[in-house]
Amino acid sequence: MTARGRAFWIGAAVAVGLAALVAGTVNYEYFFYAAYIPLTFVVLATAWNILGGYAGYVNFGTAAFFGLGAYTAVVLFKSLEAPLAVQILAAATMSGLLGFGAGLLTLRLRGIFFAIATVAVIVIMETVFINWRYVGGATGVQLLRPAPIAPFTSYIKMLFVLMVLMAVVAVAVARYIETSWIGRGLRAIRDSEEAAEASGVPTLKLKVFACTVSGALMGAAGAPMPMYLSFIEPASTFNLNYSIGALASSMIGGTAHWLGPVIGALLLSSLQQIVTVTISNEVNVLVVGVLLVVFVVAAPDGILGLFARLRRRATARGTR
Amino acid sequence: MSDMLLRVAGVSKHFGGFTALDQVSVEVRRGERFGLIGPNGSGKTTLINCVSGTLQNDGGTIEFEGREISRLPAYRRTRLGIARSFQIPRPFGSMSVHENLVVPLEYVAHRGSLHTADTWREAAEILRRIGLADKADTPSNRLTQVELRKLELARAMAARPRLLISDEAMAGLSPAEVDEILAILLQLNESGITIIMIEHIMHAVMRFSQRVICLDAGRIVCEGTPAEVVKNADVQRAYLGA
Amino acid sequence: MFSFDLLLEAILFGILLGCFYAAVSIGLSVAFGLLDVPHVAHPAVMVFGAYCTYLLARYGWDPIVAGLVLMPFFFLLGMVIYRFYYEAFEKRGTEAGVRGLAFFFGLALIIEVGLILGFGVDQRMVEARYIGRSLALAEMRIPMRMLVAFGVAVALTAALTLYFSHTFTGRAIKAVAQDEPALRLLGANPVRIKQWAFGIATAVTALSGAMLIIVGPVEPGLDRIYIGRTFAVVVLAGLGSMTGTVAAGLILGISESIVLMQFGASWAPAVAFGLLLIVLGLRPQGLFGR
Repeated sequence: MTARGRAFWIGAAVAVGLAALVAGTVNYEYFFYAAYIPLTFVVLATAWNILGGYAGYVNFGTAAFFGLGAYTAVVLFKSLEAPLAVQILAAATMSGLLGFGAGLLTLRLRGIFFAIATVAVIVIMETVFINWRYVGGATGVQLLRPAPIAPFTSYIKMLFVLMVLMAVVAVAVARYIETSWIGRGLRAIRDSEEAAEASGVPTLKLKVFACTVSGALMGAAGAPMPMYLSFIEPASTFNLNYSIGALASSMIGGTAHWLGPVIGALLLSSLQQIVTVTISNEVNVLVVGVLLVVFVVAAPDGILGLFARLRRRATARGTR
Repeated sequence: MSDMLLRVAGVSKHFGGFTALDQVSVEVRRGERFGLIGPNGSGKTTLINCVSGTLQNDGGTIEFEGREISRLPAYRRTRLGIARSFQIPRPFGSMSVHENLVVPLEYVAHRGSLHTADTWREAAEILRRIGLADKADTPSNRLTQVELRKLELARAMAARPRLLISDEAMAGLSPAEVDEILAILLQLNESGITIIMIEHIMHAVMRFSQRVICLDAGRIVCEGTPAEVVKNADVQRAYLGA
Repeated sequence: MFSFDLLLEAILFGILLGCFYAAVSIGLSVAFGLLDVPHVAHPAVMVFGAYCTYLLARYGWDPIVAGLVLMPFFFLLGMVIYRFYYEAFEKRGTEAGVRGLAFFFGLALIIEVGLILGFGVDQRMVEARYIGRSLALAEMRIPMRMLVAFGVAVALTAALTLYFSHTFTGRAIKAVAQDEPALRLLGANPVRIKQWAFGIATAVTALSGAMLIIVGPVEPGLDRIYIGRTFAVVVLAGLGSMTGTVAAGLILGISESIVLMQFGASWAPAVAFGLLLIVLGLRPQGLFGR
């Protein structure tokens, strides 16, 4: 393993260890409730970036994959009382299949058609679940949490640590793709799809692969959500805000590197929570919209890009 | 092994009501230096787009090494041995010059190989042969025009082609730069690569090609040696107008 | 049970609805179909137009008149938006595709939230002589407001079609959509032409917004369902085809109306998006596409 690889895995182990430590020592339950959301967006943004950032195919449909994952978990919980781990795997599988199918259907087309098609997928998914009474239809259904798995004594602490683990897994997957020949192929597609194809890159296959992996991760992130809320209903589950959050986090953080979505999600999600609590939910969405436009226009490489620029200017000044 | 590398038979291409190619048939022999000329809009780039797979032809057949390829996607054709450069260079702008070459190497020649060091080394070798070695680490979106053209050719070379199609690689270059590109293409041909050259710079095409065809309004108006084609009345009419 | 009378009424309503959908999609047909701008904020601008109409209607203006009066202002707005988009994105090359899309997405968001902050989430409607009354035709009752929207839609479509085929600037716009380099060689400035075209598209959107609030109440989140409807119409029509927009609108309108009749309102939103996916999957160039 390279030095960078070792550093990454050490960092990942530290993160998980820290999470476990916090779960073991902190007893302020609200912290874990609050921290769950930014962690969810770390997974969503990292997953989004695999197709949106690396390959350049903007996906508005994050909410569809997320929601399908959540509802898959609910169906398994209601019918089989399946454990959370099984729910997550099933959710990842279902959303991965959705990513595969939707990708195959729409990734032959130009970027904007794909983007609009992903909005279509959200609406269709939402409509299906509104009309399915087993999972509560439009009004939704309440869910009773089972006991937390040992050694956890609090369910929400367990969800917190689970989410940290999921975030690490998502980032590891994204990092592997980014640094491998797959990532290079995706970047070639983003830079010039025709030239990539002429260079032997199987563009459709790679795009569908990225869409499948991306969808699977988003579905996995959705699976614990019904347990987190003890409730599920279509409108808030398939809410476009999940799509907006994933997209904005990646574009604001920086799409070229796996660290971008992580930074973007943590910052944006925290900012959103603060604004929602202190001002209003509407202003929160406004803030996201404005930030997105500002970054897309003025800082297209995101926060990571800004740092890179500053570093370059500092070294240039240093060598003078 | 057959002498015929590429056989285009009755290929047509329409864009809505506009016919870009009208029943074009041409054969290219293995190892040949083949020139393709014609005024703007005559269908030259459309023809090679159909051969390389960037576009799908509407009628006719395209055979490469005896195999019908018109249903294959472009990347498959590249893996079979057809490479092309683009008229307007399309570098992978986010990558360095070196990395630009690693892409075709990874996806064509070194597919499935885990020895990435070999791939980067071969890319560096190609850069040296084409004269871009000192620009290896430069971001490819910061190159000059002639460097971009060289990169286009280098990327096509990295796909280890048996047929290389060069689409107006010399447009807008100085005479010295034209000679540079011409020398590279001749070198490639000497190593066994069949080359189709689309060019407007007449003296380059005539010096380079063994056989030339002239397209006008989607049809072949003349085929023969450079000397024959240059003297042909239809060709002169196509370029200078009636 | 299946009723032939109900089906006929649904189809008739669908025709009116379809022409309405066609009319509200024309702005997008120009902005995206002809000019290739990834204008996902188009429905949001239309909803903004509806709210502006609402404001004017509060002072006693007839909604259609309000819409017409708003058109020159929206024209200018459109030119400004395009200029900004061009300077920030299109000029900078192909990488801009993704970011341009994100920009319009952000713009749509800002407009939507702006409307919520300004007007609240409640539905707003306007009143006019033709709203609330129905025309009795044989055994069917046709809402007057639908007929009015239908009339405006037909007039608008006809006017634009004539504009693009018979005026100099109109034809220049069609030319720039087909062959920009050639246009440049002829001495025309493609950026100015595109800017003008985008202005027209946005001006049309003002009138579309007026029709929107005539046809039914509006709320800030309405743009989300209309992304599906307008893009379904534009894609089904085929990019750049104005007559196709009418045909596509009719198909959407009638499908939605029949689904509404048979399966109820909870399935209706899926029709537009479902149609969009089917078109994208089977025949992405649409019915009359280039």
